[in-house]
Amino acid sequence: MIWFDRMFAVAAKEARQLTRDRVTFGMIIGVPVIQMLLFGYAINFDVRDVDAAVLDQSRTSLSRQLVGDLQATQVLHVVREADSERELQDLMQRGDARVGIVIVADLERRLFEGDRPAVQLLVDGSQPSLENIAQGLSSMPVLQRAGAGATGARPFEIRTEYNPERRTAVQIVPALIGTILTMTMVIFTSGAIVRERERGNLELLITTPVTRSQLLAGKLLPYVIIGLIQTTLILAVGRFLFGVPMIGSFLDLYLGALVFIAAALALGLFISTLAQTQFQAFQMAFVTMLPSILLSGFMFPFEGMPRFAQAIAQVLPLTHFNEIIRGITLRGATLADMHVPLLKLVIFLVVMFSLAAARFRKRLD
Amino acid sequence: MTVAISARGLTRRFGSVIAVDDIALDVPRAQIYGFLGPNGSGKSTTIRMLCGLLVPTRGTVNVLGYEVPREAETLRRKLGYMTQRFSLWDDLSVTENLDFMCRIYGLDKATRRARMEDRIRDYDLASHANQRAGTLSGGERQRLALAAATLHDPELLLLDEPTSAVDPQNRRDFWENLFALVAAGTTILVSTHYMDEAERCHRLAILDHGRIAAEGEPKQLARDIDATVIEIECADLTAVRRVLATVPAVRSVAQLGNRLHVLVHRDAVDPDRELRALLAGPCADARVERVGATLEDVFVAATLLRRQDVERAA
Repeated sequence: MIWFDRMFAVAAKEARQLTRDRVTFGMIIGVPVIQMLLFGYAINFDVRDVDAAVLDQSRTSLSRQLVGDLQATQVLHVVREADSERELQDLMQRGDARVGIVIVADLERRLFEGDRPAVQLLVDGSQPSLENIAQGLSSMPVLQRAGAGATGARPFEIRTEYNPERRTAVQIVPALIGTILTMTMVIFTSGAIVRERERGNLELLITTPVTRSQLLAGKLLPYVIIGLIQTTLILAVGRFLFGVPMIGSFLDLYLGALVFIAAALALGLFISTLAQTQFQAFQMAFVTMLPSILLSGFMFPFEGMPRFAQAIAQVLPLTHFNEIIRGITLRGATLADMHVPLLKLVIFLVVMFSLAAARFRKRLD
Repeated sequence: MTVAISARGLTRRFGSVIAVDDIALDVPRAQIYGFLGPNGSGKSTTIRMLCGLLVPTRGTVNVLGYEVPREAETLRRKLGYMTQRFSLWDDLSVTENLDFMCRIYGLDKATRRARMEDRIRDYDLASHANQRAGTLSGGERQRLALAAATLHDPELLLLDEPTSAVDPQNRRDFWENLFALVAAGTTILVSTHYMDEAERCHRLAILDHGRIAAEGEPKQLARDIDATVIEIECADLTAVRRVLATVPAVRSVAQLGNRLHVLVHRDAVDPDRELRALLAGPCADARVERVGATLEDVFVAATLLRRQDVERAA
């Protein structure tokens, strides 16, 4: 059919140009890999080997065992033994220790009675994420060791579902798919269309019989394929390098990714109708990137954000895609389970594409 | 039908600027029709309105029997357009560019192969077939752009200043190609600011400030010029200029080597004899002669002098 012939002619030309533009082509493969390594290795919310100082006023075998247990978690690393509360304070003030462990003199009695805390954890609140660690440590079942479990001073324990080892990579890698797709899809597509306008190619193209939809579909098609390749690449690196599980079905995941890719392309397309130069397009794409990364729940939990930030996040396609992708890869949800965020993505796609199509004219005025 | 393009009352505004002002146009078929005018005279805007890239503020356009912009999409199959700037793809080779344009025009495989072979041969591109367009010379790019614009055998070719980046030899060859296309029945509308190119056109419209200042065959335009043309040869041209400055009938003076080219008001009676008498004293060796008008004279008379008249009247 001639409609598809023309569309594929545009797509083939676009793909050919892409393979010739080495920088862009390198970015398409390089960006996901570099980001994966960066986020996977460098950004780590799991804290290990926090310097700690101990003030052991009890000096019993039980207190030494307790310190040994704390060390064994690998979260704390005891660097100093303090002799007085004063010394412990100094250590923390200088930053030599981030956590102070104070074991009271009547440790055994307090543990047995269970009505007053036996161990005090002093946490340096000026450091991010340490507070959480202390919370985690305080729930350590110390009492079993003391042989007095029956009293149950700490009746609750924390269990982390879907990511039992609480590894950051498991939370981050699936969400990286959306983040990387946003970058490549929005920036490269908006750039690709604006470039043709800048170089004058578009003036020639719009005097030919090629229609608006053939032109736009043809230009976007190669990027859809690139998006799917990037998705695969991230999943593979996540699986083999970071051991990120894939519990749900691949079909659901790729279908979800396809909808998200289309939404990101529509956004790129819309930007291309606003921008006059490639630089403008890049700036506009960047303006949409930052809130996407910060507000989509990729880095920070969505629930902790103020209301207006949550409202902005609702408009961003990445927010909904992160919801979908974490559901499918980590919780084994199906696409049907994820129909609410999926529907929001579809709405974004339809609105954005209509706006872009309305603004893109086969004319110069 | 013998008219390829017909426009009436064609007007285009950009904000408060009137780029094209009430133009009427009849372009005959199978001829080269030229738009001659300085930058900003409305040549490009007019061409863009003719192919539907810009919507006229006012007026009607009919191209090859189609109403523009309403039927612009249908017209596009019969239209070839060469933009002012090279607008094929620098990072594609000559054959890749041509193949892409063939597909865009919906040519089938056999036609595609035949047309590409033809154009590569006709426009002398064989030795560059696999070279990227971005590395071609100005003349080669021009030939490639013309080859691409003619792949679908258009009935009408619109060329917007096609030779502005091309050397004289390549310009000559380019025009030979245009005449070959006209011989095959193609209508060509070309805009230029080169006098020698304008001279080659079958018909010509001189555009100035969005209006057609003069229109006709180049020879006819020279004959009908609204002034008398006189050439003065003299050793001391500065002295001649000083004398000419005192003569009210002298409209414009231009120097060509050791001669002065003078346009005199056409109501002046025997201007050559009058000038000869005036120059006899200060420049005894001056040779004053009436000559035929060149296209440049026509251009100056139709634009500069007409504007002076309008200002004087106002």
